[in-house]
Parts: sequence; C-alpha cells; structure tokens
Amino acid sequence: MTNARQRTDQSVRIIFFSVALASIAILAMIMIFLFMEGLPIFKKVTFFDFVFGKFWYPTSDPPDFGIFPLIVASIAVTLVSAVISVPLGVMTAIYLAELAHNRVAEIMKPVVELLAALPSVVIGFFGMVVAAPFLQRTFGIPTGLNLFNAALMLSFMSVPTICSLSEDAIYSVPVALKEGSLALGATHWETLIRVILPASISGISTAIILGMSRAIGETMVVLMVAGGAAMIPSSLMDPVRPMPASIAAEMAEASFRGDHYHALFATGIVLFFFTLLFNIIADQIAHKYRQTGEASL
Amino acid sequence: MEETQTLINPQSAARPLPAGTRSEADILESSVERVHQRRKRIQQVLFMFFRTAAIINGVGLFAVVFFIAGRGWKAITWEFLTQAPTDSMTKGGILPCIVGTLCLGIGAIVVALPIGVASAVYLNEYARPGRVLRLIRLGISNLAGVPSVVFGLFGLAFFVIWMGMGECILAGVLTLGALTLPVIIGSTEEALKSVPDTYREASLALGASKWQTIYQVVLPAALPGILTGAILGLSRAAGETAPIMFTAAVFYTPSLPTSLFSKIMALPYHIYVLATAGTNIEATRPLQYGTSLVLIVLVLGMNLVAIVWRARLRKKLK
Repeated sequence: MTNARQRTDQSVRIIFFSVALASIAILAMIMIFLFMEGLPIFKKVTFFDFVFGKFWYPTSDPPDFGIFPLIVASIAVTLVSAVISVPLGVMTAIYLAELAHNRVAEIMKPVVELLAALPSVVIGFFGMVVAAPFLQRTFGIPTGLNLFNAALMLSFMSVPTICSLSEDAIYSVPVALKEGSLALGATHWETLIRVILPASISGISTAIILGMSRAIGETMVVLMVAGGAAMIPSSLMDPVRPMPASIAAEMAEASFRGDHYHALFATGIVLFFFTLLFNIIADQIAHKYRQTGEASL
Repeated sequence: MEETQTLINPQSAARPLPAGTRSEADILESSVERVHQRRKRIQQVLFMFFRTAAIINGVGLFAVVFFIAGRGWKAITWEFLTQAPTDSMTKGGILPCIVGTLCLGIGAIVVALPIGVASAVYLNEYARPGRVLRLIRLGISNLAGVPSVVFGLFGLAFFVIWMGMGECILAGVLTLGALTLPVIIGSTEEALKSVPDTYREASLALGASKWQTIYQVVLPAALPGILTGAILGLSRAAGETAPIMFTAAVFYTPSLPTSLFSKIMALPYHIYVLATAGTNIEATRPLQYGTSLVLIVLVLGMNLVAIVWRARLRKKLK
C-alpha cells in the first residue's frame, strides 16, 4: 500500500520534471531549426561579409546579402527608444512605488498593465495614421515613417516592462534602510536618490535591459512605421529597416529554400543572439548583485 | 514626507521675534529652516517630474484607445461583425478574422496551459535550489525574451515545413503555444506561491501523499489565479501578428475554418494587410479602424477581466 503510493509519487515527480524541461527543449529546438535553415547562406557569403556587408539587395542580380544596415537600424531604434522609455519607465515606477497615494497607484498600475497588453499591430497602426502625419507636418520631412517614429512607438512597448520590473525592485528595498535615512534628517527626495535607488539599482538595470530586449525584438511596430529603407541612417528622421522588419516583410516573397530564404533565417539567428545576450546579461546582474537584506528579487 | 516635517521645531516659526534682539540660536534655527525650506522646494519640483512621467503613460494609453475608438465605432455594424469581406476586402465584414483569432487564442491556451501548469508545479512544489533549477529558470526567461518574429521563423521551419503541416491553424496554435508558455508558467507560479503552506502541511499531516496534496489541495486553491493567467495568455496570443504570418494566417479566405488544417484569417494580420498592402489603403481606412477597435476591445477586455478578478482574489487572501 505504502509502496504503491510512493511509486505513484515518484513517477508523478518524474513526469512533472520532464514537462518542466519543455521550455529548455523549445528553446533548443528554436536554435536548431534557425541554424538548420540559416547556415546554408554561409556557403554563398562569408560570415564576415554577411554581418558587416553594407548592402542588402537580396532580390537584385547578383544579390547582396549584407545585413550591417539592418543591424545598425535595430540598434539605433532600440537606443533611441531607450532614451525615451528608460526615464519614463523608471520615473513612473518610482512614482508608483514611493510617491503615489494608494488609491492613485491602484488606478495607475492597471493602466501600465493595459499599456503592456496593447497588441503591437495596433501600436504600429497608430504610428502610421497618427504619429507619422504629425511628424511629417511638424518637421517638414518627406516621410513620417522613420527611425524616430519607430523609436517612439517602441517606447509604448518597453515602458510597461521597464516600469513593472523596476517597481518590483524598488518595493523590495528593506523599509529599515528608508527609515534610517529619514531618521538621519534626509528629505524624502534625498532618501530616494541616495538610498533607495542605489539599493535597487541591480533590479532596475535588469528591468532596463529586458525592456531594450523587448524593443529590439519587436516586429510589427518597426515593420509598419520604420520606413523600410535598408540604409545606414544618418539622422533621426531617416527611414530604416531593422532586422525583424526585414524578416517579416520579405519571408513571404522569398523563394522556398533559396538564398534569400536562408539569409532571412540567418538574420533571425543574429536577432536571436542579440536578445539571448540581453537576457543573459540581465540574468547575471540579477544573480551577481542580488539585493541583500530583506530584499529578494 | 511627514517624518521630515517634524524635524524642525514647529514652534520656531510661530514664536514672535522682537526686532533687533535675535539670539544666535534663533539665527541658526532660522537658517536651518531656510535650508530645509529650499530642500523641500527642490523635492516638490522634482516630484512633479515623476508625477508627469506617470501621467504620460496614462495619456499614451488613452490617446491610442480613444483615437481608435473614435474613428472605429462608425465602422462597427451588425454586418461588419457577422459577414465575410467582399469586393477584394474593400467592403463587408470581418467575421472570418474574429473566428480565426478566437481559434488561435483558445488553441494556444489549450496547448500551453497543461505544459505551463505542470512546469510551474514542478518549479514551485518539487524543485530544490541548485543548478538544474537555475538552468530551467534561465530557459524560461530566455524563451520569454525570444522575439515574436523568431517564433514565426521557428514555426515555419519546424511545424510548417519539417513536420509537413503546411500553413494551418494547428501550426499557428503550436507556435503561439510556445510563445505563451512563459506567461502561463509565471502566473501559475504566482498563484501557487499565494497558497499558504499551512494548507500543504495540514494535508500532509492527515496522511495524504505529496501528489494527493498537490492535486486535491494546492491546485484547487490556486485555480482562480491559474485561470487569470490563462486569460492573460489568451489575450497575448490573440494580439500577436508576427508568429502567425508564416504559419497560419492568409490574406483572404472566404470560408470559416473547418478543421485544424484550414488556413485562416486573423484580426491582427488583417489590420496589417489592410494598412500596408491592401488594394486601396485610403479607401479601407474605416475598415482598418473598425478591425483595430474590435481587436483592442477583445484584448483589453480580457485583460480587464483578469485584472479585476485578480484584485478580488488578493483582497480575499488578505
């Protein structure tokens, strides 16, 4: 009787363990299939020419497969959007965690969550029909679909990520630290900037990196509002073609298992490793500089 | 803020000072107060910036919602919601898109919920801290960070081509299931954590085995939280575009799906196609606004339900 129960328990445990490995298995499968479909392009162009080649003309004859403009575009869009979303996200988090009255916070938190839930295609559409004409009129530029517009719309996507993760980090700062600072005569602001922020900086950095990771991988927004020109941008108002946009726009027309098709999968590999890098850095920061005391992130 | 105010003797400001007879202590006190006043003013100005930042978020959300709703509600008619597109998608309704999106969203949850809940049960109830746990968590957080278009590529290479499914609902559902898995795991873990340990201890003390405890005590107690997570996952899957572009969605199909292997239309993809590649982009603007409104109502509505439900749960637990 007891043995049967123990056996059941043991087998249930093993079943749950194997299911828990599913996430790793899927991640591994993603890598395997990206490599399987992407690596053949390196028979045609060298890895160096692919990553640092300045021309992306996949359909001309002979085709050019250089994704450097796409990489630069992705990084530029992500950095510009970080300039907007990092202050906005972190400041909102501080406001919600430290300054807002309970009732205000109770309303604002769902607002941030709903912002995170807006489908990316709707934000892209909003960028096309509202932000683009507005930018075009205001700055007198030929097209409102450009780097700046894409960065602006991407901020919609990364602010909620940055905000909610930073908020968790600020919440987990031990109350004793804060009270100690106030008891020494510091104002609330001084306490915030010299005690609370330094104590939660690892959590906030993780939040920022994950927000940027979300921005660099976001597809529909850059596909619809970045403008689509595969050039290295020289100004904020230049149209660009980040990696996800290129993949999404061209996959339908690329011939099955042709060079173009393989090149797009190889672009996917590069993109995948960018986000993998961001996530591993975030994980390292979270583990290495784990908050001490009562805090547990 | 209250704490800092009490630092200065409240009587010092009120005490009347005869002219020319200020003691050194008074001078010191008033200069301390001046400095303190300045610090407080700086604080007020700076805090205003923080408040503004929070307000910008709210304004952003409402700008999008009100703009889409303001332009979209005119397009919403009974015909719009219950008919298929006609005249090469410049007229008619979006019924196939609504049905398609519901199929994809529900299918993704059917795939992801059992796997996600089982993973979370292992992580929260069985796993002990160590290398294996660290590795699994790293896997989950990295899976959550994979760009949606890469999920699309994976779905295309694995389900559509390698497994020979072709573009169909099943391929899209499996791709979206992989994408929503981390969402489900995260929310289920939170739900399991909120079940008090006393429940488990009481069950074990009554002689129940670990599995019986999980199955008959922990999971029922966590069920509402798990379902909230399922709704959030469903809304996430319903709003995604890039993963279904290569795996399930097509520009146009007049018929409703009949099997798991049918191609379908979906709301997000329909918006994208109409807004960027339609036969006449300007003429179909009303349809684009209308479709966006339906998608927003669907997605934000599900989220609101989940948020309200979760808030109630938390209150109950307190």
